[in-house]
Amino acid sequence: MGRLLPLIVVVPLLGAALLVAGGRHVPRPVAEAVAGLAAAASAGLAAVALTRPPAVSWLGAWGPRDGHSVGIVLVGDRIGLGLAALTSLLVVAVLAYSWHYFDEPPHGHGGAFPALVLLFQAGMCGFALTGDLFDAFVFFELMGVVGYALTGYRVEEARPVQGALVFGFVNSLGGYAALLGIGLLYARTGELGMAQTGRALDESAGASGRGGDALVVAAFVLILTALLVKAAAVPFHFWLPDAHAVAPTPVCMLLSGVMVEMGGYGAARVYTTVFAGPGGVPAAGARRTLLVLGVVSALAGALMCWQQRHVKRLLAFSTVAHTGLFLTGIALLTPHGIAGTALYVLGHAGAKAALFACTGILLDRHGSVDECELHGKGRDTAGTGLLFAAGGLALAGLPPFGTSLGKALVEEQSPWLPALFVLVSAVTGGAVLRVAARVFLGAGQAGRDGEEGSEGPETAGGEEEPETGRRVRRPPVPMVTVAALLLAGALAVGTVPGLTGAVTTAAEAFADHGGYAAAVLDGRPAVHPAGAYDWWTWTGAGLGLLSAALAVGLAALSVGRRSRAVPGSAPLRRLHSGHVGDYVAWTVAGIGLVSLLALW
Amino acid sequence: MTRRVRLWVLAAGLLATAALYAAACTQLPGFGGSWHPYGDRAVRAALQQRTANTVSSVNFDLRAFDTLGEESVLFASVLGTVVLLRRTRDEKRVAPEPVRVPAALRRYGRLMLPVTLLIGLYVIAHGQLSPGGGFQGGVVAATSLHLLYIAVDYPALERFRPLGLYELADGAGEAAYVLLGAAGLIAGSAYLANVLPLGTFNTLSSGGTVPLLNAAVGIEVTSAVVVLLAHFLAQALEIEGEREEDRSA
Amino acid sequence: MSLLPYLIAGWIFLAGVYGIATSRNLIHAVGCLAVTQSSTYVLLLSVGYRKGATAPVFSDAPTSATVVDPVVQALALTDVVVGATVTALLLALVVQTAKRHGTIDPDELSGLKG
Repeated sequence: MGRLLPLIVVVPLLGAALLVAGGRHVPRPVAEAVAGLAAAASAGLAAVALTRPPAVSWLGAWGPRDGHSVGIVLVGDRIGLGLAALTSLLVVAVLAYSWHYFDEPPHGHGGAFPALVLLFQAGMCGFALTGDLFDAFVFFELMGVVGYALTGYRVEEARPVQGALVFGFVNSLGGYAALLGIGLLYARTGELGMAQTGRALDESAGASGRGGDALVVAAFVLILTALLVKAAAVPFHFWLPDAHAVAPTPVCMLLSGVMVEMGGYGAARVYTTVFAGPGGVPAAGARRTLLVLGVVSALAGALMCWQQRHVKRLLAFSTVAHTGLFLTGIALLTPHGIAGTALYVLGHAGAKAALFACTGILLDRHGSVDECELHGKGRDTAGTGLLFAAGGLALAGLPPFGTSLGKALVEEQSPWLPALFVLVSAVTGGAVLRVAARVFLGAGQAGRDGEEGSEGPETAGGEEEPETGRRVRRPPVPMVTVAALLLAGALAVGTVPGLTGAVTTAAEAFADHGGYAAAVLDGRPAVHPAGAYDWWTWTGAGLGLLSAALAVGLAALSVGRRSRAVPGSAPLRRLHSGHVGDYVAWTVAGIGLVSLLALW
Repeated sequence: MTRRVRLWVLAAGLLATAALYAAACTQLPGFGGSWHPYGDRAVRAALQQRTANTVSSVNFDLRAFDTLGEESVLFASVLGTVVLLRRTRDEKRVAPEPVRVPAALRRYGRLMLPVTLLIGLYVIAHGQLSPGGGFQGGVVAATSLHLLYIAVDYPALERFRPLGLYELADGAGEAAYVLLGAAGLIAGSAYLANVLPLGTFNTLSSGGTVPLLNAAVGIEVTSAVVVLLAHFLAQALEIEGEREEDRSA
Repeated sequence: MSLLPYLIAGWIFLAGVYGIATSRNLIHAVGCLAVTQSSTYVLLLSVGYRKGATAPVFSDAPTSATVVDPVVQALALTDVVVGATVTALLLALVVQTAKRHGTIDPDELSGLKG
């Protein structure tokens, strides 16, 4: 199976190449079917690989000799493969969602949109599987380039090009910072592979008796910068709401569902494989960095999420909040923290993508994503409303959704975590439920919002073009089906009994610094026997019920009130200015902040 | 955020980054040192693969997967540009106005076009031997075509540039790289393994799959650059929005 | 002075960042992003330099010749292509920004706030 690992990345590339070469000569359903097949084949390969023992694939057969290689390795460990499988499944869902109804310009150039989606898939799968720092940079950039193009896809409107530009500037800057870091590591170790670099750092530390010095810390900070930009951690997060608010709905599903999570994954992977040893960065420094940024992102994201009326932007800020929780879970640097986070990510991907799918349906029916303008407009589509509300409850952590299980497993790691997780889940879930009540039930007053309540700047979301070419009367069947299936997936993550055990074992292997190097370089996979693991506990389920109840309560309290503004938060809102210069300034300030946190 | 606040945030960030990076630099091995373990291994491997240009050997053999990713980045950004620079509903295409070009410039362009094209193809074909390869040669070859635009005029370029064909070649170049990689799997080795006969050192046919991958990249880059420039040129010369007309009217 | 090339790389990076953050013209800002990226070329190539060594091409040099590190050159090549494509894509977005917003001054772009 190891030999076939690269196919997970290259099958979508081949599909994209075929679509570009022949897309304009075939009818649209054929192009879409080709894309769907390529994405599904990649998903299938990843799923099969997950059932086999973990394997590595040395590209070009340049396997290691005495622990050194001249080639690139793909590592099929459970977590990386699981993320590749999740990406591919989500891509299949997105292609199904776009089937027929989604308007795909340029006309006369069929297949361009599905081809871009396949390239996005290849970029993310390559990033998830690679065991090489520079190769990770290349796939990071592939992800980025496709992401910018897809975000700015609707060039007819003013805002998408602006959102895509800030996304492009901030992400590229992060990528170049990471490349400087990779250059520093290469100068020190003469290696590019993660396992080799980690081992070389440890050996030099052993020889000289000192831990990671200024160079190692700087490399860590610079590489982490790119990953935190991707993960949209405060203060690197500014691009995310701007990009998500303007990107086409299917693209939002991928951006929020899995691309942002790649940042957290990358941070955890690079830390555990390269920097977790004696020659790396002390665990306390890494933990402090991720923990502080995670907690701040979770709180700031929730605060901003609550105050939005642009539904896509609201969901975008909830992604900032939840990625903050993921980073908090990763920051624990324990197998249980990682396992809980992995389940949380799986459940979140389903719930968040379903929420975007429902928002897209609203946009296609009413030409608006403005909570106030949409008031009561959804009363005739109970199905979509139910799905939207279920998505909100999933975000709020209602058992037995996967989000709730993941949240519960992370919360158990430390006594103060439940407060943070419950608060953030309740606020973000509550914001979604508030929208659901107003749009689908017509609760509260019909708001000619705008003049009242809101202090400071805001993005409204009215008068948007539907993505279906013209407005649809009824919710298109593929769109509703995809939303339902995504939620079912989020439910399955919390209810399939064997999954948690498998993820816990996978997380133990993931967190094993020496084991990773041994598996990659010496062909000796560390054995992590499936041990005892936690599943649902009474406390965990109770905390989930509590946050869901709080979310419902918050929504009920706020639905009749005209203002969503939280007193004192206007300065924070003003920071989200949509200005490239501001965001770049915050990004370098973030580099400074991360260095301080890592060094202290 | 006001400009002043932004400058303060920026200054703090720049200072901190400078301090971090400068501290790291003091720990770097001295400039020009002789310790390059990966480089030494790569040179040995390249010579063993009978590839005289070791940089090409790294790009198309040892770390050929990086190059697949890199080619895909180019491929994706060209596709992205095609999508972003499309003619939208509220825009129309107008015929660009002819421009007079001095006769000497015309003669120069006609002379240099075949020469430039030849140099481009040479650079692609000799990538395994001398500095160059598919990326560099592809850019040169694509540039040659655009001498038509500079030395003659835009319609002349359009006549010699059937865009559909170049888009086909763009996809074909990408597909060729992917499939050449799969040849390694089919031959029973790893993906992107160099499974072809390695030939005689320092000849055109040396290096096994390296010249073939170079050619695939050369095709892709040539057509990608042509398609990319075509869309920028169309925006500059042909596509006009209705709004602009209103303004001028 | 053996640190100078490394420090220059850092200087280029910071200069580019300063340019983007203070730019009043998006085309200029895209140029500054390219400047930022060129710092990575300088760092990579400095790291791979070996005193007295020749280019890592053996078509006209004996195979026993001492050469500089070919790996960083390959990385720099990849990096150049990535940079050029990012620049192209961002410029395409700037073209559309000019059309839709009627300006390419980031200070005058509004529409995504709060």
